[in-house]
Amino acid sequence: MRIKGKGLIDRSNTVSFSFDGRSYDGFEGDTVASALLANDVTLMGRSFKYHRPRGVLTAGSEEPNALVTVGSGAASEPNVRATMQEVYEGLRVRSQNAWPSLDFDLMAVNNLVSPFLGAGFYYKTFMWPRKFWERFYEPVIRRAAGLGGLSGAHNPDTYERAFAFCDVLVIGAGPAGLMAALTAARGGADVILADEDALMGGRLNAETYLIAGKPGHVWAAEAVAELAGMDNVRLMSRTTVTGAYDQGTFGALERVGQHHGVRSKGAPLECFWRIVAKHSILTAGALERPIAFQNNDRPGIMTAGAVRAYLNRWGVSPGKALTIFGNNDDAHRTARDLADAGVRIAAVVDSRTDVDVKGDFPVYRGAQVFNTGGGKELESISIRTISGVEKIQTDCLAMSGGWNPTVHLTCHMNGRPTWRPDIQAFVPTAGAIPGMVAAGACNGTFSTRGCLAEGADVAGKVLGTLGKKVPDVALPQAEDAPYRMEPLWAVAGKGRAWLDFQNDVSVKDVAQAAVENFRSVEHMKRYTTQGMATDQGKNSNVGALAVLADATGRGIPETGTTTFRPPYSPVTIAAMGAGAQGKGFAPQRFTTSHSASVEAGAPMIEAGLWYRPSYFPKAGEKTWRQSCDREVGYVRKAVGVCDVSTLGKIDIQGPDAAALLDFVYTNMFSTLKVGRVRYGLMLREDGTVMDDGTCARLGDHHFVMTTTTAAAGTVMKHLEFVAQCLHPEWCVAMTSVTEQWAQFAVAGPKSRELLNGVLDAPIDNDSWPFMACGDTSVLGVKGRLFRISFSGEHAYEIAVPARYGESLFRELVARAQGLGGGAYGMEALNVLRIEKGFITHAEIHGRTTAFDVGMAGMISAKKDCVGKVMAARPGLVSADRERLVGMKPVGAVKMLSAGAHIFGKDAEAVRENDQGYVTSVCFSPEVGTYIGLGFVKNGPERYGEVMRVVDHLRALDVEVEICPPVFFDPEGGRARG
Amino acid sequence: MRLDCPICGSRDRREFYYQGDAVMLARPAVDAGEAAWDGYVHLRDNPAGQTRDLWQHEAGCGAWLVVTRDTVTHAVFSVQLASDVKGTTA
Repeated sequence: MRIKGKGLIDRSNTVSFSFDGRSYDGFEGDTVASALLANDVTLMGRSFKYHRPRGVLTAGSEEPNALVTVGSGAASEPNVRATMQEVYEGLRVRSQNAWPSLDFDLMAVNNLVSPFLGAGFYYKTFMWPRKFWERFYEPVIRRAAGLGGLSGAHNPDTYERAFAFCDVLVIGAGPAGLMAALTAARGGADVILADEDALMGGRLNAETYLIAGKPGHVWAAEAVAELAGMDNVRLMSRTTVTGAYDQGTFGALERVGQHHGVRSKGAPLECFWRIVAKHSILTAGALERPIAFQNNDRPGIMTAGAVRAYLNRWGVSPGKALTIFGNNDDAHRTARDLADAGVRIAAVVDSRTDVDVKGDFPVYRGAQVFNTGGGKELESISIRTISGVEKIQTDCLAMSGGWNPTVHLTCHMNGRPTWRPDIQAFVPTAGAIPGMVAAGACNGTFSTRGCLAEGADVAGKVLGTLGKKVPDVALPQAEDAPYRMEPLWAVAGKGRAWLDFQNDVSVKDVAQAAVENFRSVEHMKRYTTQGMATDQGKNSNVGALAVLADATGRGIPETGTTTFRPPYSPVTIAAMGAGAQGKGFAPQRFTTSHSASVEAGAPMIEAGLWYRPSYFPKAGEKTWRQSCDREVGYVRKAVGVCDVSTLGKIDIQGPDAAALLDFVYTNMFSTLKVGRVRYGLMLREDGTVMDDGTCARLGDHHFVMTTTTAAAGTVMKHLEFVAQCLHPEWCVAMTSVTEQWAQFAVAGPKSRELLNGVLDAPIDNDSWPFMACGDTSVLGVKGRLFRISFSGEHAYEIAVPARYGESLFRELVARAQGLGGGAYGMEALNVLRIEKGFITHAEIHGRTTAFDVGMAGMISAKKDCVGKVMAARPGLVSADRERLVGMKPVGAVKMLSAGAHIFGKDAEAVRENDQGYVTSVCFSPEVGTYIGLGFVKNGPERYGEVMRVVDHLRALDVEVEICPPVFFDPEGGRARG
Repeated sequence: MRLDCPICGSRDRREFYYQGDAVMLARPAVDAGEAAWDGYVHLRDNPAGQTRDLWQHEAGCGAWLVVTRDTVTHAVFSVQLASDVKGTTA
């Protein structure tokens, strides 16, 4: 119920939202949890395993119970914490993990058969019969035990990634964080203050005490306002710092759009930040821990701090007759605040005997709550006092087992927290994250004044390290009460006392794990699943550890801690992978002729990140083969045009450019004349082939290297490696110019005729012989012309600056069509090169040597080169290696397939008899049958032999004749003509 | 993780390409023998502790770098231009 005059909500702004189809009113500033409590709705979820009815336990991101699904349809988001979701007009919230409804959940039958579902039940119960696991047990368990489901539809929301940099990152905007940020900012440091809440202030917004004579939340708001007005401060609310990484890098998730009904155009739902900070100050506060006792999970039972938060921040009393159960002084604040607000307090139960509590309500000292009564909501608690057992009617129990400092981030780089017996809690170990200091409650300092002082102190030290002057920051007056508590983890008794609410792990489960010798905390955790739910044990780790320590007769620090790993709270994969959805997963690279190819109806195929035309269909053609054969004919009989811009182009300049090329290519380049092109072969240092291509000498100190499309990046990196790491004394520089030049192959008997129509100065065979290159002018544009051929025909490649690419392509294709030719795509290009036995990465696939591809002679004896020594190893030059051959079908063979294996004619097609494999195949219009390239043991020695080609995957079993790999114009006269 | 590129300054590790042990700087002579070449091309230590690696600032200036770091603590001790390192040892 709502309490008049309390809370930081905007009561003038009513918003209506729905929960499981029913409409409720809340106020601006409410969360789903606070608004539902205001409407007396306490049942908000069902537990993971037993489907026990659950209400809200906390008021923050650590919430284990109240997980809901927000929105509907494709944009719905499961497993949202009701304690974090702000309400807005029209918000739709659904409960999850219940069937058919939250109120009447048939799956709650699990609760009745719970004796069979205890610790380790996965490993014990469903072992027999073995077959049943996959088909029956697992699907059934998965359906019964679960969180909310995804919509199954494509996520329509947008997400972003961003980087931010600062001198000081302050994590958490409570009293310590605000004081640290104020000090650092006034000292002139660049500050980022991040807080997961929508409203900065931390516990100050949930408590009633004063700072500098003002309500804490007023002081916080003033501090935030001052920070907001400073240029050197970036305030990031709704931003959870989720992980601490190397060299001052932090991951942070900002909830940008989740609190808006109508999202502003283009704004993402979430943004995943990488924040790089020279220093970080952890002021993440502390989390209150529950106490384990029988039926401590009934809706209406929550932490005492959460009750104060609902009362003071949201003006909600979670009940009409409240009870409080605690082991520390802090719990009594809840009683005071409630009493001041006029809420009836049925009892205060303190496990300690020597406590001094004054109030107009019954106080039980040295007493414990050992059970609760009620159905889907709390109706009563049973307490045990020195004088006996008593039952008290109540609809809300506020419990406090003490506070756990939020040490998580300090453990993300393998650090272990330190046990402090005086507060019975773990605190950060100094230096666990380089550059990070902790202050305030997360450092075990629980008084407000202590938090303020520590925040100012650590910020001052950071300023000193940054070489900045520490400003004069007055420490405001604030409460400075000591934190007094006596440990109480679990109340002895029968029945199930819950430790991990989300994963349904009880005290008995932990004890059972210890009995079965899972005594290490890491084993216990995995055996019981304690701490493995989406709250990652924030509410249960220390309690479970204490129970395990008790069960194994050890102290808590000896028992250990579990490892905290990023993220602090769940991060959607969509946010981390922002920008990589759909096409963003692999950026697309388009050539300048892309739209012309698409207009011509060419199916585009991927070549790495590039898209290239497969073929250019003509009306009447029914198969790709018909188009391909026609395009091959253009090049063999007239002229074809093909965009070859995707090949890597590297500009290499400097007096030692030739020396570099001599070193990276197996063959000589220093002897290449200016104005000439040479084919080159490149090895890796281990002797296998890295890449091949042509290299043109444009000047004494100027070369342009082409690489294959696939290896462009690898080769560039390799050249830089050689130039910087092996021969830094060489004066040579290189840069990739792949995207600066659009380059087109013009191939076929009529190629020169076509070119002379567009070149400003016509060429002939004398001025531009085979393998000539140089500057040219095409239709008034300065470009480059290379007489090289990947088809075996009289051919050229013409290059112009990329901005002229599209128009030149269209012009060349139009003119080719006028000469009986046209554009050709990748299929035809492949046929043309296979007919000529030219290799691609199908052949130089990373395991073949120069010897294997028949180019051993290209390794110059006159000089050293990368890979030369290792390529000479006996095993890499032995005759029985699998070596490049061609193959032609014998008899009525319909097709060959790349990937097929080659066997002796009469041999059985098994691995032991393997003689080689097929790498490239095509239908050759020139030969009139399928032809192939491949590798066969002793290859060139077996020309003429009939062998068996078997492709087990495609059910292919045919005979071929091994032949030289060049099927067409072996003398190469056509290219020179 | 971040590296201080001597040319570009402190940058996120996503800008860098990791190659491997900086032993690659010491290419043996042509006639150094099988063992030397085997060691250069194939054999690598995998220490828990300090390593000297080659990285390239691929998405930055393109510089090859010698990074001395700790594989256990992830501390980065130094980042030098490979050309400088090679220049002083050549």
